[in-house]
Amino acid sequence: MSEIKQISLFVENRPGRMAKVSKTLSDAGVNIRAMTIAEAGDFGVIRMVVDDPQKGYEVLRNSGFTVSMTDVLAVEMRDTPGGLYEIVSALGESNINIDYAYAFVTAKSEKAMLIMRVDDIEAARRTLSSRGVKIATPEEIQKI
Amino acid sequence: MERMPAEDLKALQLDRLKAITRYVYDHSSFYRQRFAEAGVTPDDVKELDDITKLPFTRKVDLRNTYPTGMFCLPKNWVVRYHVSSGTTGKPTVVGYTKGDIETWTESLARALTSIGLGRNDVIQVGYGYGLFTGGLGLHYGAERIGAAVLPTSTGNTERQIELMQDLESTAIACTPSYFLHIAEVAERMGISIREDTKLRAGIFGAEPWSLETRRRIEDTTGIKAYDIYGTSEISGPLFTECQHQNGIHVWADMFLIEIIDPKTGEQVEDGEQGELVVTTLNKWAMPLIRYRIGDLTIKESEPCECGRTHPRIMRILGRTDDMLVIRGINVFPSQIESVLMNIPEVGPHYQIIVSREGALDVMKVRVELTDRGFSDRIGDLMALNRRISKELKNVLNISAEVELVEPGVIPRSEGKAKRVIDTRKV
Repeated sequence: MSEIKQISLFVENRPGRMAKVSKTLSDAGVNIRAMTIAEAGDFGVIRMVVDDPQKGYEVLRNSGFTVSMTDVLAVEMRDTPGGLYEIVSALGESNINIDYAYAFVTAKSEKAMLIMRVDDIEAARRTLSSRGVKIATPEEIQKI
Repeated sequence: MERMPAEDLKALQLDRLKAITRYVYDHSSFYRQRFAEAGVTPDDVKELDDITKLPFTRKVDLRNTYPTGMFCLPKNWVVRYHVSSGTTGKPTVVGYTKGDIETWTESLARALTSIGLGRNDVIQVGYGYGLFTGGLGLHYGAERIGAAVLPTSTGNTERQIELMQDLESTAIACTPSYFLHIAEVAERMGISIREDTKLRAGIFGAEPWSLETRRRIEDTTGIKAYDIYGTSEISGPLFTECQHQNGIHVWADMFLIEIIDPKTGEQVEDGEQGELVVTTLNKWAMPLIRYRIGDLTIKESEPCECGRTHPRIMRILGRTDDMLVIRGINVFPSQIESVLMNIPEVGPHYQIIVSREGALDVMKVRVELTDRGFSDRIGDLMALNRRISKELKNVLNISAEVELVEPGVIPRSEGKAKRVIDTRKV
């Protein structure tokens, strides 16, 4: 099963860095599906899911950014109260830890999408599938 | 000469010490006055230990007599001048007779030979040519051993790399920080120093660097990295390690070295750290008697494994004027470098920023995160930051704030790297 590749970037916390990142991707025609910035004082980590991770990774790397690719899970949530609970409680019961998560709502469908990095991606996939939670494939993310 | 028995070397040094002492006394009003103040004359030098009766000379003496007040010969003897940059005060001028250039060249020729270089080598001289002694010094030494010199001087890094490939440089001489920059640029150009060039030796100096930097250079580029030492006042770059990389060989027939306690001025034993003091035994335009360069090192008089009998200095630990005093504790940038070079998650370039917040000195170390060190979990990055802080504290005994920065942010230097920014108002 191929996993969704998230691009992660190390950036200093100063004006213009995010602009440089988005300009680099936009010039390369790479579209950002979802993103989040985690900040920790002097620096921050930008995480994002894009339509073409390999290309996004390469253009950022060639522009001198410290960048890595991380396997993440993208799962569909019901966009109603309790949608998130359903997923995280299932993972909690199976003793799977979520390192971080962020959500976005897709334009075409009525579903919300939750991006997660977990400590055991295989176990998480099994647990969620067994409960009927839909896990998105890279192709689906690309097509959104 | 290089394997002369120690006793014979000492006898030779004594002859030359007597001669140079007499010479400066007869030719220089500066030295005559200094000797008079110390109550000594050249006749008091009867054995080598009598050198301790002679007064020290310091950089400030060169500045006070600017430009040529310490010359011992009329200026028409001088065939070359070099002038220091004067970044820490007035510049200092050094003049060379034809013979002085010969001594300098011979010293470096012996040094380059001791690291295994010869007429089949192409030596790329990436030190600045001009008033700075590095470029021309290496140039003459390399020509003397019959090597081909590629006088690239500093700068234009991509061209340096192209020429290194096209003309098959086997050795490069430059500052260690500049070589690290060259290696980075080469990598960006898709060129591996190890696979795609013939480079096998680097002759690195003009700024203090640590053993850990040596290991990093050797591991990443596959070359052997040798330490070179010298300062403009005593000619320029003069001495290197031999292939055993176990101390810098100082040619005793040309230079007499002592290690002293910087506070008391007394000589210390072999193996003890102290300040290097140099007396030039074969330099005539501007000889120096007991010159205190300000570099801290350790002397070893036992013959080296290579068979050379001349004394060695075991690596420059720092210069007394590079030393930072932070909250009353002495800190050398080289100590910080040693710590950082042992942490593969960060790159080789760093900057030390010292400031004062209220009454307290604050030290911040900025260092670049490598791809290898990057984790997209904030917790991992914070843990790395804490680990570096802790290791710095273990070595320095004071706490330092660590700032992880993006690669390429710390300014690269083509000459001597400026690593310390001290914003404290003294």
